[in-house]
Amino acid sequence: MNLTLYIWRQKGPDETGKMERHDARDVSRDMSFLEMLDVVNEGLVKNGKEPVAFDHDCREGICGMCSLVVNGVPHGRKEKTTVCQLHMRHFKDGDAIYIEPWRARAFPVIKDLIVDRSAMERIMYSGGYISVHTGGVPDGNAVLISKEDAETAMDAAECIGCGACIAACPNGSAMLFTAAKVSHLATLPQGRIEAAVRVCAMTEAMAGQGFGNCSNHYECEAVCPKGISVKFIAKLNREFMRAAFIKWKRERND
Amino acid sequence: MILDGKCPSGPLSEKWEKRLHEMRLVGPANKRKFTVIVVGAGLAGTSASATLAELGYKVEVFCYQDSPRRGHSISAQGGINAAKNYPNDGDSVYRLFYDTVKGGDFRSREANVYRLAAVSSNIIDQCVAQGVPFARDYAGYLENRSFGGALVSRTFYARGQTGQQLLLGAYSALCRQIKAGSVRVHPRTEMLDLVVVDGEAKGITTRNLITGEIASYAGDAVCLCSGGYSNVYCLSTNAMGSNVTATYRAFKKGAFFANPCFNQIHPTCIPVTGEHQSKLTLMSESLRNDGRVWVPGKKGDKRPPKEVPEAERDYFLERKYPSYGNLSARDVASRATKEVCDEGLGVGPGGRGVYLDFADAISRLGEEKVRERYGNLFEMYEKITAEDAYKQPMRIYPAPHYAMGGLWVDYNLQSNIPGLFVLGEANFSDHGANRLGASALMQGLADGYFIIPYTIADYLAATTPGKVKADHAEFGKSREDVDGRTRKLISLKGSKTVNELHRELGKIMWEYVGMSRSAESLRKALKLIPELRAEFWENVRVPGSGAELNQELEKAGRVADFLEFGELIAYDALHRNESCGAHFREEFQTPDGEARRDDEKFCYVAAWEFKGEGGEPELHKEPLVFETVRLATRSYK
Ligand SMILES: Cc1cc2nc3c(=O)[nH]c(=O)nc-3n(C[C@H](O)[C@H](O)[C@H](O)COP(=O)(O)OP(=O)(O)OC[C@H]3O[C@@H](n4cnc5c(N)ncnc54)[C@H](O)[C@@H]3O)c2cc1C
Ligand code: FES
Repeated sequence: MNLTLYIWRQKGPDETGKMERHDARDVSRDMSFLEMLDVVNEGLVKNGKEPVAFDHDCREGICGMCSLVVNGVPHGRKEKTTVCQLHMRHFKDGDAIYIEPWRARAFPVIKDLIVDRSAMERIMYSGGYISVHTGGVPDGNAVLISKEDAETAMDAAECIGCGACIAACPNGSAMLFTAAKVSHLATLPQGRIEAAVRVCAMTEAMAGQGFGNCSNHYECEAVCPKGISVKFIAKLNREFMRAAFIKWKRERND
Repeated sequence: MILDGKCPSGPLSEKWEKRLHEMRLVGPANKRKFTVIVVGAGLAGTSASATLAELGYKVEVFCYQDSPRRGHSISAQGGINAAKNYPNDGDSVYRLFYDTVKGGDFRSREANVYRLAAVSSNIIDQCVAQGVPFARDYAGYLENRSFGGALVSRTFYARGQTGQQLLLGAYSALCRQIKAGSVRVHPRTEMLDLVVVDGEAKGITTRNLITGEIASYAGDAVCLCSGGYSNVYCLSTNAMGSNVTATYRAFKKGAFFANPCFNQIHPTCIPVTGEHQSKLTLMSESLRNDGRVWVPGKKGDKRPPKEVPEAERDYFLERKYPSYGNLSARDVASRATKEVCDEGLGVGPGGRGVYLDFADAISRLGEEKVRERYGNLFEMYEKITAEDAYKQPMRIYPAPHYAMGGLWVDYNLQSNIPGLFVLGEANFSDHGANRLGASALMQGLADGYFIIPYTIADYLAATTPGKVKADHAEFGKSREDVDGRTRKLISLKGSKTVNELHRELGKIMWEYVGMSRSAESLRKALKLIPELRAEFWENVRVPGSGAELNQELEKAGRVADFLEFGELIAYDALHRNESCGAHFREEFQTPDGEARRDDEKFCYVAAWEFKGEGGEPELHKEPLVFETVRLATRSYK
């Protein structure tokens, strides 16, 4: 099939960008979206032009590197699919496709379709862990975890941290990402002990990184390639209230 | 030179304990004076960084992705082994050790493998404590599944995303240290040279992938945790950026490269569909727990799989290897698959595929149970092929997957260059000539959490912290070399793209240095690779400049190294006149087509020394001494 692509080109963070038209010819249905871009890039290089820069690595939908907005939707319209796993059979001959980078205040463009997502890392650094040392831990079966809790924790832990949720949110909020991380650890007995400290630290970091507020649009869940549920946002809110209550009680007793 | 692995003496089960006792320690107040450079943030690099920082060392960790949590370990699907014997099915440290030595076709170092098996249980405990949500049963206990090459169930897993969960666990430990200020992360930074001062590894030279800046970092020791090199085959299950650059440039600085010809070709990957293909996708080995591998018994049978009656199917793995059946070791299963396809029995485009069928499992367990076990793998298969594996069998074919070879290290994980340690897939590892499934994650984490923290101290304790600074002349020279190479790549302005040349290399490697090799095919490769390399250095086209984000330049640097490294693989494969594990030389096989080892002549690690570009590398040997295990013919029958 033949396609017309409109691709965001931007030389650097401080440059102005624009959409540029490219033709993609003889695209096979079996190609992935990124393989289609590879072919376009090969053509550009051969013609002495600069190829389009985009992030990718595993191409298996798990590393969270790939980050393209396809026709206005992060990772494209196919449900629960990263753009590296999106195949061209979902498009048809003659289609026009618009390809843009993640757009959010917290994600400055580095070049073309590559953005800086380090703000997400800083949320993690603030408290996205259980404070355990290497060594000296109990046997893996010493603390039993109900299947239900293990599964819920895993549902949250599946987040690949790609940032599609943030790119899809009209406010550029990192709520679903943070909620998934908070819920994963708070659901497990090992993570309960620090749950209150963690949720406060992570929500505070989130607020300080240029992400917007959550006003319950739920665009995040709709685009999440791993189907992370917004129920975890409710869980984060509950954890946060609980932490505030603990703090209030402690202060009153002091 | 005869190399010494420096294994402790004494009974196998006491060696590590003995070494722990012998090694020097660095006092708590002194640790913070030492800087350790860690290249790579997969499981090995992240676990090492977090643990070293927690002990008090200053750690600088580098990766080419935008975050340590995206290291290639994240794509590991199936699981991680540990000798917990929770299922009470007869597992033990010794059995895991023996299975691994046997799986590696008796080409690994006994003492290392035993240590790996011995610490395996601690890894699971550590991960559980970090919050890794391993699969649990209804009573809340950890679940296990089986993997190839073993008759016990010892594989722990988190759905089909075990690597992701383990990496996120290690990353969380790293986050804690980042917050504490003891680790500095350098994402989007690629190591392009090792700096050796007075014979010891004292730093690295890197390129910042956003600005193009070439910089040097000095440290008291360097740990390379940069993963495997399967992308030398162009198409592999590895991530697009996986490379040999970090280890190869260390090789050029004097580090020995061990057993480069031991490359694992994984039996269950989605077959190639066309020229545009950029990578191959693994379908986890865990699927062989419940999936049955077969081909039609007659050539040219074009019927849809459902219509081929049971009696006309050849379940060739079950037929050839009745006791391990579909769970035979990887190299064995891959070769058997290639064989039936060579005979013309293969299915799918080009006849390069066999069926992996779940119909029996679905009727035995129900679709729901199968979905629970493998749901995400079936989804992934469907995304790529548009076929529903609940309704029709998957089609699979072998693909390059894992590098057993890597930089040579002694028992302490130190290379022949003092101060240079190598961890995870990047070292020549504990897997001999073939790795068993679910053992790489185990090894990466064992190296990072439980081995390097002790062994690095033994080296550091005998050095003066901060002795070499980044203003040392060697660093300047290294930066000049890296800069010169970058400029050269840009200046060529030829007519072929990096991808084209990489694909050509991949074809040579797959055809002549692939799943089965012969002296003739290897000699051919040794002729073709230098020709292609010469073409690369005349005719490659790298647009843009070095002083900016330039992905073509990144790729060009990596492919340039593969073009040298491919030759090293061929040399190694040609010199090893035996078949063992994944290294199958057509001239050396038993009458029924199995690998024929030659323990008399080749029971050693082949460690190669760089002797100048285009020059033949020099072979050094580390004899493998088996004190406990009796060398036997490996059989999965
Ligand atoms: C698809 C797939 C599935 C697998 N499934 C399993 C499984 O189920 N069980 C199992 O045990 N094993 C499995 N494996 C194997 C296992 O995942 C790997 O062997 C292991 O994770 C390697 O870990 P590592 O830390 O050594 O390297 P990697 O995880 O590959 O990490 C390499 C790191 O080095 C960095 N790096 C590389 N080069 C440079 C450079 N030049 N400069 C700076 N940084 C650099 C990268 O950025 C990355 O952070 C699988 C492998 C694949 C490909
Ligand atoms: S490239 Fe890894 S998720 Fe898409």
